[in-house]
Amino acid sequence: MRIKVDPDLCEGHNRCFALAPALFEVDDYGLSRALNDGVVPPGREEQARLAIDNCPEFAISVVDED
Amino acid sequence: MTDAPETCPVHDWATDYDIFDPDYVRDPVPVWDDLRERCPIAHTERWGGSWLPTRYEDLQAMVKMVPALSSRSAVVVPPPPELREQLVAEAKKYGSENPPITADPPEHKPFRRLILPFFSPRAVEAQIPYTRALCNSLIDGFIDRGEADAAADYAQQITPRVIAHVLGIDPARADDFVEWVRGILELGQTQPEMRIKYRGIIRDFFQEMVAERRKTPRDDAISTLIEAEVEGEKLDDYKIVGVCFLLLVAGIDTTWSSISSSLLHFATHDRDRARMLAEPELLPSAVEEMLRFYSPVTMARKVMEPVEIGGVEMVPGDKVLLNFPAANRDPEAFERPDEVVLDRQRNRHIAFGVGIHRCAGSNLARMEMQVALRTWFDRIGDFELADPDAVTWAGGQVRGPRSVPVRFAAP
Repeated sequence: MRIKVDPDLCEGHNRCFALAPALFEVDDYGLSRALNDGVVPPGREEQARLAIDNCPEFAISVVDED
Repeated sequence: MTDAPETCPVHDWATDYDIFDPDYVRDPVPVWDDLRERCPIAHTERWGGSWLPTRYEDLQAMVKMVPALSSRSAVVVPPPPELREQLVAEAKKYGSENPPITADPPEHKPFRRLILPFFSPRAVEAQIPYTRALCNSLIDGFIDRGEADAAADYAQQITPRVIAHVLGIDPARADDFVEWVRGILELGQTQPEMRIKYRGIIRDFFQEMVAERRKTPRDDAISTLIEAEVEGEKLDDYKIVGVCFLLLVAGIDTTWSSISSSLLHFATHDRDRARMLAEPELLPSAVEEMLRFYSPVTMARKVMEPVEIGGVEMVPGDKVLLNFPAANRDPEAFERPDEVVLDRQRNRHIAFGVGIHRCAGSNLARMEMQVALRTWFDRIGDFELADPDAVTWAGGQVRGPRSVPVRFAAP
């Protein structure tokens, strides 16, 4: 599974980092970036989906399901 | 409400809503549910006239209509005429007064980047020890009595001190800060002379703080703003004072309302209270659910060019209330929206707003709620509402209970 954060949509709510700190990093402005080029380590898919479904800006999406 | 204004009763909420109607302030949800069904963007001529959206998708669309919907008038009730004249003159001379919240692009972004680092996850983590010690010392003050006002003795005491600590001003003046902010955001909504008076008091206070730091710089947010540059230029005092004003005013009764609402909820919902005591790991999702269910903040926008949304045509000069609290109860966006689900997994609420004006202090607010509730449950244990009739509410721009008398077993 591979995900991405759209930098034009992210407004720094920090929900993804709070729910899945292993998958995202945020800068001093709160803006998020998917770690590991967005590749979700096996077993963390549900965390990734939680981050996607809790983003108020709809900024996170799945690039590749496999 | 302590300042319930004298107004005519509302006969039709779709065309004549009154955000200060005492029943609406206490429980606006039935009105929102009714409007969402038959007139999802309502209108009123009261309080300066405004539109009131109630659907999640309309709110999401409106925040992106920038600058057609402008933030230059972000306050729910427009200023009284004498203050408006002064504000227009000042805006001509200095630009936006409280950026970034009152600014549109392109002015907005550099000011936002100036204040966001004060509230980054890392910066907020550094405030946890202070906040925890503060919560504990407040509880020390009343725990032996077996009763307290969870709003006035606890929630209301936490947020002014924490934001003072962040800004670098004296937390011991918390009672003053509370009085000033209520003067602006609570009483000032229906009593214009209060708004003028307390705006002056807060601006004078920060003017003095800025002058002191120009002489003797400190390691605090105000000194950081003095040193900061926007597009290669230092800020003038008007702007620095305006930004400090925003940080103080936005950091107090917002989060205080959320903590008070949460404690009122747990005082009156036995099953949820028992769950919080038995399953402390629920705290993060419970805080999000409290934010969704009891969202305190409504912001406003001024219409700058004709827009059509949800079948409604708005024209320049109109005002729109960004009714985030109603959006968070929309059944199209949330399963079982009128139920508190402490372990709700999918919660895309917009209590902190959404878009370029997302609440800059949201990380701080979440931390304060988590620490305040955790410390309360750890120390107080089981508790209940002592007197339902004594619960009072404030509404309008910021909605929340102002008195929540509870009792519990003294240790």
